[in-house]
Amino acid sequence: MDSAHALAAGSSSLLVWLIALPALGAAILLLGGRRTDKWGHVLATGLSGGSFVVGIVELIRMLGRSGENRGVSQHLFTWISVGHFNIEAGLLLDQLSICFVLLITGVGTLIHIYSITYMEHDLDRRRFFAYLNFFIAAMLLLVLGNSYLNLYVGWEGVGLASYLLIGFWNQKPVYATAAKKAFVANRVGDFGLSIAIMIAFATFGSVSFDGVAAGAGKLANLNSGALTAMGAMLLLAAAGKSAQFPLQSWLGDAMAGPTPVSALIHAATMVTAGVYLITRSNFVFDRAPTAQLLVVIVGVITLLFGAVIGTAKDDIKKALAASTMSQIGYMILAAGLGPAGYAFAIMHLLTHGFFKAGMFLGAGSVMHGMNDEVDMRRYGALRKFMPATFVTFGLGYLAIIGVPPFSGFYSKDKIIEAAFNAGGARGLIIGSAALLGAAITAFYMTRVMIMTFFGKARWAEGTHPHESGKLMVVPMVILAIGSVGAGALLSIGSSLKNWLEPVVSRGFVEPTPRLSPLLVSTLAIGAVALGVLIAYLKYVRQPIPELAPTDVSIFTRAARRDLYQDAFNESVFMRPGQYLTRSLGFLDRVFIDGAVNGIGALFGGTSVRARRLQTGYVRTYSLFILGGAAILVAAMLAARL
Amino acid sequence: MNPANYLFVSALLFTIGALGVLTRRNSIVIFMCVELMLNAANLAFVTFARIQGNLDGQVIAFFTMVVAACEVVVGLAIIVSIYRSRRSASVDDVNLLKF
Amino acid sequence: MNTLALSAGLTGAPEAVLFWILAPLIVLAAIGMILVKKAVHSALLLAYIMISLAIFYIAQDAPFLGVVQIVVYTGAVMMLFLFILMLVGVDSADSLVETIRGQRVVALLAGLSLGALLIGALGRSLLGAGIAGGAVGLDQANSGGNVQGLATLLFSRYVWAFEVVSALLITAALGAMVLGHRERPVPRRTQRQLSEDRFREGSELPGAPLPSPGVFSRHNAVDIPALLPDGSPAPTSVSRVIKARGDVLPTAPFELNKESQGEQK
Repeated sequence: MDSAHALAAGSSSLLVWLIALPALGAAILLLGGRRTDKWGHVLATGLSGGSFVVGIVELIRMLGRSGENRGVSQHLFTWISVGHFNIEAGLLLDQLSICFVLLITGVGTLIHIYSITYMEHDLDRRRFFAYLNFFIAAMLLLVLGNSYLNLYVGWEGVGLASYLLIGFWNQKPVYATAAKKAFVANRVGDFGLSIAIMIAFATFGSVSFDGVAAGAGKLANLNSGALTAMGAMLLLAAAGKSAQFPLQSWLGDAMAGPTPVSALIHAATMVTAGVYLITRSNFVFDRAPTAQLLVVIVGVITLLFGAVIGTAKDDIKKALAASTMSQIGYMILAAGLGPAGYAFAIMHLLTHGFFKAGMFLGAGSVMHGMNDEVDMRRYGALRKFMPATFVTFGLGYLAIIGVPPFSGFYSKDKIIEAAFNAGGARGLIIGSAALLGAAITAFYMTRVMIMTFFGKARWAEGTHPHESGKLMVVPMVILAIGSVGAGALLSIGSSLKNWLEPVVSRGFVEPTPRLSPLLVSTLAIGAVALGVLIAYLKYVRQPIPELAPTDVSIFTRAARRDLYQDAFNESVFMRPGQYLTRSLGFLDRVFIDGAVNGIGALFGGTSVRARRLQTGYVRTYSLFILGGAAILVAAMLAARL
Repeated sequence: MNPANYLFVSALLFTIGALGVLTRRNSIVIFMCVELMLNAANLAFVTFARIQGNLDGQVIAFFTMVVAACEVVVGLAIIVSIYRSRRSASVDDVNLLKF
Repeated sequence: MNTLALSAGLTGAPEAVLFWILAPLIVLAAIGMILVKKAVHSALLLAYIMISLAIFYIAQDAPFLGVVQIVVYTGAVMMLFLFILMLVGVDSADSLVETIRGQRVVALLAGLSLGALLIGALGRSLLGAGIAGGAVGLDQANSGGNVQGLATLLFSRYVWAFEVVSALLITAALGAMVLGHRERPVPRRTQRQLSEDRFREGSELPGAPLPSPGVFSRHNAVDIPALLPDGSPAPTSVSRVIKARGDVLPTAPFELNKESQGEQK
């Protein structure tokens, strides 16, 4: 791959407005305080929409340029200039970033609109919108940064925004703990990103994408240790942010936040930042096959992990969260396949953004109508009462399980194809795992649909399900349209693949596929059908119990406990860590404090004894004088002897 | 007889005076012991003047006497005023400057 | 003035006799001074020591100093000591019990070590080799007379110290006056006020003073206490000094019995 080519050919002064508008919104709403309560949400939505408009303008401009010259950059200021370490604060918008920009601002603005109604009874709505705007600004900074360090700023920003938004209702300690858990898991990933940046600087002397790409191109050794280490660290960072194995335990708990947060951050955008990182670092991974293998392994493990967990979740949001984990596993898998898979990862990312966000908004709509009930065992037969929600959710459902011609089919299908085409035994294993994942996905998503919208009503007392307001339904409809058509749009004529080629797969020649695409599609549809059938047999033919049954198989028990991820984390990391902290505290208290206090006590005790010399009697003092005089005389005589 | 014998007497008187200062409790008696020490020093000076053959020692002894007289005056005035306020001349009763 | 000592080397025999008689007495007196119980005895012993020292001074060709020692030191300073002793309490005797633990032992140790050091040092330097060239003696220095010799030194080499010491004397006198001054918080009661108080009090004998001592008594001895109405001796009727001396006589022969009571009535 020719890497002497800089990523940006031209410049544009509009880029900073992409970030500045939502950042401004966040600042105004946070600093303005209660005064902005009345119109804050409108301002925030407007600014988010404004950012979307700027993105569209840039897209139009970009379409007008040729494929080689599509990237534009904007230099803001020189950030750090110390010796050889020169970091510019600059923005880069190329074919890869524009996809993310439009996804973030587009889906983000829709979710802003949705939240106006969803959060209208909340006193802190203004603060919510401020955090949403802050998130949009940080995420845009992440995808627009032109160096790893600039990306890191946005990376941290979205981590912070996620923490603030998950713990938005922090009056409940459980929610606050969930936010803390998400932040800590993210932090482990951030550690990986810092190490990667340090490796980049140490090896290449630069941390900008251009610099690292150029440096990587000059490396003669195709399997260099530095690149492998950097790739592994970038993978760790991606795993933290995208809730991949082994840092996946926070995503389920993150559903403690309001549903728009789950839709925006934990379905469409923040969790996809990991995929962006790996795709952007293609010049690193393509030269480190070991790291790529690690990426593939992580992706495969996670997609199965998430799918298995999703089968046993009764909380609708947690089921969707497990589904997100699994789908991102697909994206990571595709990104790990190298230039053959980057475009498909991005395609699946974009389509997933539509249908998962749509399904989350649908879940929020269902919760809104069912008095914030989340247990699917208390749902049932809602399709008659919430038709719009049913239709939009259903379209998203069809997309996610991969039924043609909906969007998910195109993107997932291509990933399974690329998996099989990876070659040798490895390709077969990966491809089979992807197929298995598709089957399980179909199973649990069908389970969600059946339990929520079909069957008998198992509602709690006093529930009157109703359709949600317009401001909630319209965004769901728009996202449903995306779920339907986006896949075809991006896939037909390999449009997305060609669009992204100059960035991720320049000069890559696709090998001949091992299995024909038709065979793969048939296998995929067959797996999906199998999953749907099993779900139908289990949940339609038999009545759904209102209380979760306890005499279940060991697999169900394991899946209900998230495959023991929390238990594992606790026993392997948390308890030893607590033990270490306690023993360090003990050492500090007993030995160090003891030594210091001991010295103090020593002096104190000595002075208490020594001050008894001050008896207050004049005669004692004169005795001392006489004694001193005798010693003096003796000393003088001794000196003369 | 060696004139230096006077010096031995002087040293002995000085030591005895010092012991008296340390042992007695009546402040006036202590003061008197201090006077004894001063007189012992005077004796030493006079003896040295005689040994050396010039009168400097006697002049110094003279000055010592004058200063001792002043000291006695002021010291006794202090003792009297302490006695007036505390009704006690014992030196062990002024023991507040202690731990 | 004739010197009593030989002018060079050792002293003559008369001075040696003087020394060997007086020196042990001085040391004994000093030891006694720190051991006696009553303060007046200490003062008297100190006066004796000072006079003996004056004799020593005269024996060593310092007649002026000897006389000054007697006149100023013994005559003025020691008398001042005795006056103050009377003021402060002649009967305030020290108990022999030592209140501070270990004070006597350590004091004895320190004192003896100091003494030993001094005497040892003196002994080494003076007795062994002797004074180099022997004692010079003051014949030559006293050639114009002892007083004249002293005056020459005092007003030439030591004139500055002389002036300072005179300032010191003035300051000491002032200091004594200031320290001895007693403020009167209220003005002194005049005789008229005292008389008014007496009448205001309403005592039995307003216009007339109480009967002088001995009017109602059966004796007028100073050392026999007066009797209170219930027949017990009045403790305040005998001077404290007499009581301290232990010279109070019993009142038994003078106490009231039945016949004399009947007589009185």
